[in-house]
Amino acid sequence: MIADLGIAFGRVAFVMLFVLNLGGLLTWVERKQSAIMQDRIGANRASIFGFRLIGLLHPLADAIKMLTKEDFRPARADRVLFPLAPFVSVFFALVAFASIPFGDTLHLAGREIPLQAVTLNVGILYVFAMLSLGVYGVMMAGWSSANNYALLGGQRAAALMISAEIAIGTSIMGVIMVYGSLNMQDIVRGQGQYFLGGWVPAWGIVTQPLAFVLFLTAGIAATKRIPFDTPEGESEIIGYFVEYSGMKFGMFAMADFLETVVIAGMTTSLFLGGWQIPYLGADGVRLPWGWTWALPHLVVVLLQVGAFVTKVCVMIFFMMLIRWTLPRFRYDQAMRLGWLGLFPLSIVNIVLTGLVLVLWSSR
Amino acid sequence: MTRAPMSLRQRFYVLEVLSGLGLTATHFFRNMGRHTARAFGRKDARGAVTIQYPEERRPYSPRLRSLHRLVRREDGSPRCVACMMCETVCPAHCIYIVADEHPNPEIEKVPRRFDIDLGKCVFCGYCVEACPEDAIRMDTGILEFSSYSRGGMIYTKEMLLSLEPAHADGRPRSPIPLPPDRTP
Repeated sequence: MIADLGIAFGRVAFVMLFVLNLGGLLTWVERKQSAIMQDRIGANRASIFGFRLIGLLHPLADAIKMLTKEDFRPARADRVLFPLAPFVSVFFALVAFASIPFGDTLHLAGREIPLQAVTLNVGILYVFAMLSLGVYGVMMAGWSSANNYALLGGQRAAALMISAEIAIGTSIMGVIMVYGSLNMQDIVRGQGQYFLGGWVPAWGIVTQPLAFVLFLTAGIAATKRIPFDTPEGESEIIGYFVEYSGMKFGMFAMADFLETVVIAGMTTSLFLGGWQIPYLGADGVRLPWGWTWALPHLVVVLLQVGAFVTKVCVMIFFMMLIRWTLPRFRYDQAMRLGWLGLFPLSIVNIVLTGLVLVLWSSR
Repeated sequence: MTRAPMSLRQRFYVLEVLSGLGLTATHFFRNMGRHTARAFGRKDARGAVTIQYPEERRPYSPRLRSLHRLVRREDGSPRCVACMMCETVCPAHCIYIVADEHPNPEIEKVPRRFDIDLGKCVFCGYCVEACPEDAIRMDTGILEFSSYSRGGMIYTKEMLLSLEPAHADGRPRSPIPLPPDRTP
């Protein structure tokens, strides 16, 4: 009984700590990666006893600064909704990661431990539900600030996120059709098969290349970051969090980073094979020409968890690369891309996938 | 304004995005390689084009007009004869001189006070040009003087006399004179 509770607690704690720490670390990654891409050094001045740790103390300094800043509430702002909005944003970004599997089932001391915070047979729908509920935080912030600019910013953000989420939802339909499940764990297991005589792993990026591009584009739009940052535009556009200061503002920024982690985790699970390592089965390495190398169960699981973390980090790197390369879309361009570009293309993808599946099965 | 029409490749957008990503990724990995090489002891490898300012400075031009100094005679007294040329020519009216008799009858006068209000100074260098005795120069190489008040920006005769010319590479030889209200 207590062991079961402990295991459940451990699974949730792993996901929570993974997402929260990665989200916090992303402020450092954003500064340093952008600096290195632009031939700069990046933030490196925060120090404790002269130790700078290549700028790793800056997220800490940020947190201290934001927590000690004045927490200002406009006089006419809503008393309940105004403080609630940032929590809503962060909460739904945090819980969205729960049904993303970070490893295969772990057999330990006669127990079967699924390496996933919550085992849901409709995991994909759960993640989308949570991501979509994040829109409410944004709209609440815009509405409760009693500021017309914030209200307009909230409307812009909501419109953009909805157009992005429609495209996300339709673009993964192809993936669901190919792997035949709404359970994230089943989809990841399905990506452990091989094509072309066992050479090419059947990852989502191979079976659904168009959906991968569409999903990634829509996912970046859903995180409200450049090139889709018309809702916020920290430096010039007045966004929905214009009236927020201190840690409440920090929580909106954190929600964006957490959403980046969630989108990276989703992309990894749906298109990059999740915790799968090519040619690594449950009992060891098995190369296509028949060479095998047996590995103990625990090592395999640890390798797979490591592979998942690595893939998420690579995806985050890629999303940061996009964020620091592309200029911002104008609002109408972003909306047109969402409704007239991504959405119809995902419908086309669904039709094509259906055709291919019918032809494949009737062979 | 007329813009050139976009080519098909540009209108397709994805290829252009990929080429842009390729460019930034190239910079990232090239710079990361150089940072790594530096961390492993290759001191000539630089991953950034920026200068880490307070620790590292770009060489200043020898013509740089920096903080003023008053040139001393061999006995340490100011070479200035309080002729008021610099005070007259100064477009910002930031020099304030009070003249006094010099004990040596061959020297006309000596400044009792020689104050420069650096809060007003525009660093035009006219005072240096106007001086007939070569008594004021702007070659200390000191640029970072600051104060918490306007009064702290007024540099007196003693402060200006204590300064030395910069090294040949432009590094200042004297420490930055601290105005009375500035704690180091």
